[in-house]
Amino acid sequence: MKLAIRNGRVVDPASKVDERKDVFVDDGRIVAIGTAPHGFSAERTLDATGLIVAPGLVDLCARMREPGADGALKVESHAALAGGITGVVCPPDTDPPLDEPGLVRMLRQRSREAAGARLYPLGALTAGLGGEVLAEIETLAEVGCVAFAQTGSLPHDNSVLLQAMRYARTFDLPVWLRPVEDTLAGRGVAAAGAVAARLGLASVPDVAETVALHTVFELQRATGARIHLCRLSSSNGVELVRRAKREGLPVTCDVGIHHVHLIDVDIGYFDSNFRLDPPLRTSRDRDAIRAGLADGTIDAICSDHTPVDADDKLLPFDEAAPGATALETLLPLVLKWASESKVALLDALGKVSSTPGQILGEPTGRLALGAKADICIFDPAEPWRPEAAALVSHGKNTPFSGYELIGRARYTLVGGDLRFTRK
Amino acid sequence: MAEFGRHPQLNRNGELHHLLSIEELPRAILERILTTADSFINIAEREVKSVPLLRGRSVFNLFFENSTRTRTTFEIAARRLSADVFNLDITRSSTAKGESLLDTINNLTAMQADMFVVRHASSGAPYLIARHVAPHVHVINAGDGRHAHPTQGLLDMYTIRHYKRDFTQLTVAIVGDILHSRVARSAIHGLTTLGVPEVRAVGPLTLLPGGLEQLGVRVCTRLEDGIRGADVIIMLRLQNERMKGALLPSAQEYFRNYGLTPEKLQLARADAIVMHPGPMNRGVEIDSHVADGTQSVILPQVTFGIAVRMAVLALVSSSQRMQ
Repeated sequence: MKLAIRNGRVVDPASKVDERKDVFVDDGRIVAIGTAPHGFSAERTLDATGLIVAPGLVDLCARMREPGADGALKVESHAALAGGITGVVCPPDTDPPLDEPGLVRMLRQRSREAAGARLYPLGALTAGLGGEVLAEIETLAEVGCVAFAQTGSLPHDNSVLLQAMRYARTFDLPVWLRPVEDTLAGRGVAAAGAVAARLGLASVPDVAETVALHTVFELQRATGARIHLCRLSSSNGVELVRRAKREGLPVTCDVGIHHVHLIDVDIGYFDSNFRLDPPLRTSRDRDAIRAGLADGTIDAICSDHTPVDADDKLLPFDEAAPGATALETLLPLVLKWASESKVALLDALGKVSSTPGQILGEPTGRLALGAKADICIFDPAEPWRPEAAALVSHGKNTPFSGYELIGRARYTLVGGDLRFTRK
Repeated sequence: MAEFGRHPQLNRNGELHHLLSIEELPRAILERILTTADSFINIAEREVKSVPLLRGRSVFNLFFENSTRTRTTFEIAARRLSADVFNLDITRSSTAKGESLLDTINNLTAMQADMFVVRHASSGAPYLIARHVAPHVHVINAGDGRHAHPTQGLLDMYTIRHYKRDFTQLTVAIVGDILHSRVARSAIHGLTTLGVPEVRAVGPLTLLPGGLEQLGVRVCTRLEDGIRGADVIIMLRLQNERMKGALLPSAQEYFRNYGLTPEKLQLARADAIVMHPGPMNRGVEIDSHVADGTQSVILPQVTFGIAVRMAVLALVSSSQRMQ
């Protein structure tokens, strides 16, 4: 199908292009940016006047709830499209965990059938994510896992982490880790500090993150493993990553979009919509995260999308399930951050498109000639409220419920296929 | 966020509709509760120990966590106001059958409850309940996790006012397991709201939460420093389970450092009073000679507790609907 996207403002972080241009798509790929190829006759034309034409967003962490909840993948991958996201990395903390090839094949098959966003599965680093026995990561890579993750926290046993990093290094497979030291995080539900002290909530000290980072970096020095750190949360943590990068360790990292905006004070009177993992920290930590994004210490922003059943949020704060729906709010919240922190649109979108694409090593997240046409066309000025009825995702709980957000996807294309159009 | 911007405890007229925490209550409301409690003190000494203020109202004691003492004092307070009182031991009934907290509340509301007195092991649980009850129903927090125990805090304020009159000249030391104590948090908010210039939190660093200074208290790690010159000493109960982890090595060592003995009490002002929320661990946080000594006001606290709880029940039930 030949498609023309006309009159839009093309913003492509990978090539640093930000100007009004037409984009031409043929057979699933971008065939021209600017003037139509000779003899190009569009079968369909999208009028992008007043809209931004950007690479489809690539989300480094979104839970699609499959395996676990049958049919959820279809809904969530279409929620991604509604958020302008064309690629999602799904962590292996599914039910059962993604630790064997059959499950990965099944998931990829269902993803193809769902015809939503592209799915990039993360394989479990250890069997059942138990942190004791290595999963068959080379085989899992063969069937399509893009990297291998231990979710929740580092493996309890440091020798397992050391061997996992060595083994992954053997096949040059990347390892994704949450920098959380479980014995220090304990059963905390809020960041240690004045708010947790006031509310009487069990807390997670920031040493739970910094001790984990020191461990990871030391083991990285010993093994040379490629590491991606998921969801940094503290000021001290950001500084440690900054130093590790300066030293030249092969490390990248991301932060969840909520942690770019929210702080512990926002919990208010035990509002369970603000029960997130990692817990929200202080304004000082949030400012450090923003500074880390600005200087490149933090490479990417992810949604950390976690659909939670409404009933699991209607519980006392410490019993409520952590997480929030976020696929559909990622784009407007990135725009909000860009406008508040005076970050150029090109740089802001880079954190959710080109850099995540590079971290994955996948040819996505850019508008290049010959590249797969994964494209997000959005209205940067549309106001809307992320209330239950306005969301495609099964997850309806968001800390931003009731807030006005600005910016919303209008069209989303995956491989040149127009998969989402906002009515 | 339907409740966005709404005060969780006060109605639109600024009246106390739920009592969830002392924090964020205006000083005038705290003083009104204390003054109202004055008028209930004498009832206990009369032959007929009740007034008809809550006749026909149903008060449900919902204790999701065991407590005999607090539940009993609430029950006495409600009965003295002529309310119908129902005690539900939730730990053994509905939740054991998998019913959710809010389902339990909805069922009881359907039984024409007017007031819920709630104790729960999770900090903030009474806020969740208060957000979801019908607008005429009142919720009183009888202790939630580590967060708050506002009627205990108020009875502590009542006791201090009874013996010391003026809050604005006092030094008050709160000693012990501040980290896990809802009593300490409520006392801190009560004291700072009522204008106490110096509130000290005293304990080992393992039992003092980070960020405590931001609540307006001075942190002392040595008992001697904490109680020197104090007018009021509030001793906290030390749970045995604290000795199982890495917070404290033993009850003996705790007593050696933080136990209040007659010798250490000499460091406080000569007219200092000693308080304790009970139940006491004699020989762990407090020496018997102090607990039973002339400066102890631990038993009057219990008596005042009933009058204060009557005042709270009476005041919230006289407020207008929440919406």
